[in-house]
Amino acid sequence: MALIDLSRREIHCKIVYYGPGRCGKTTNLIYIYNAMGDKTRGKMLTIETKGDRTLFFDLLPLNLGKVKGFDIRIQLYTVPGQTIYEATRKLVLKGVDGIVFVADSLKVRQTKNKESLEDLKKNLQAYALDIMEIPVILQYNKRDLVNSPIPTLTIDELQQDLNQELQTTYFEAAAVKGIGVFETLKEISKRTVRYVAQKHLLGK
Amino acid sequence: MSDLVLTAPILEETRQHIEKQLVEAGVHTVLLIDEAGNVIASSGRDLDKLDTTALAALAAANFGATAQIAKLIGEDDFSLLFHKGKRDSIHFSKVGDKFILVTVFGDDVSLGLVRLRVAEVAKTIEKVFGIEKV
Repeated sequence: MALIDLSRREIHCKIVYYGPGRCGKTTNLIYIYNAMGDKTRGKMLTIETKGDRTLFFDLLPLNLGKVKGFDIRIQLYTVPGQTIYEATRKLVLKGVDGIVFVADSLKVRQTKNKESLEDLKKNLQAYALDIMEIPVILQYNKRDLVNSPIPTLTIDELQQDLNQELQTTYFEAAAVKGIGVFETLKEISKRTVRYVAQKHLLGK
Repeated sequence: MSDLVLTAPILEETRQHIEKQLVEAGVHTVLLIDEAGNVIASSGRDLDKLDTTALAALAAANFGATAQIAKLIGEDDFSLLFHKGKRDSIHFSKVGDKFILVTVFGDDVSLGLVRLRVAEVAKTIEKVFGIEKV
């Protein structure tokens, strides 16, 4: 749940990067961390197991400047993608305000993408959140591999697998190279802040 | 989740209770956070040196993780956690259903005193916030 501090005029929102294991959620955060100046970014926190896998979560706080006199502070979280860490994923989703679903373009990961989206829906339900209501956008990652010999999924296939019901915006990305990373962040931040403001400030 | 509105006077009152009961007893830092890891109020002397955002996120996650351990042994959750360090230690205590009081203190303050004062502060905060357990 967003925190709105009226005395300090700050809005804190929580955005979670969700998706199957090894799809590039942490890579997104690392790219953002490296590309942003010291003034806007906070310290990045990661808890990982051996072999680069996220164990609990990564956290990157950002300061996005002022909107109508309110300081917008965003906390980006990632979840561990591997199926066995379901309990952890659910914990990280507590109080979420916006979600980026990162999908893997590799053909071998097709089922994992779909499973992870189902898992997301289920975990949101546990907090009485509806995936159709909360801001969610899709990022089709690893598009730089399309022209390589590795079999990848087409945008149509990804859309059919993941976006039929959601009908939300998607971005093509290559997080390692930073392609699409900021486009994704900008869009989800915009939607999340609007959602939070409408729900808690304007609605009353 | 229903919205909880805390006005500036309520927060100020909370901060004063924390200052009086805990900071004056010698603890370094006190954070009041919610279960999602947001800092609601902070007090103490080492605040600028401490990464409170990360501490709050990890404290909330830590509580969530131990709640799962609690479930494995047939408990709902653990209402307090304590981690002992060589010099400094940290004490976490649930306040109402949604908040956690995080207290960092050195070896010059006894754990018993911290536990006593934290319990008192927690009760006061529940009253001030209007979230008293029935």
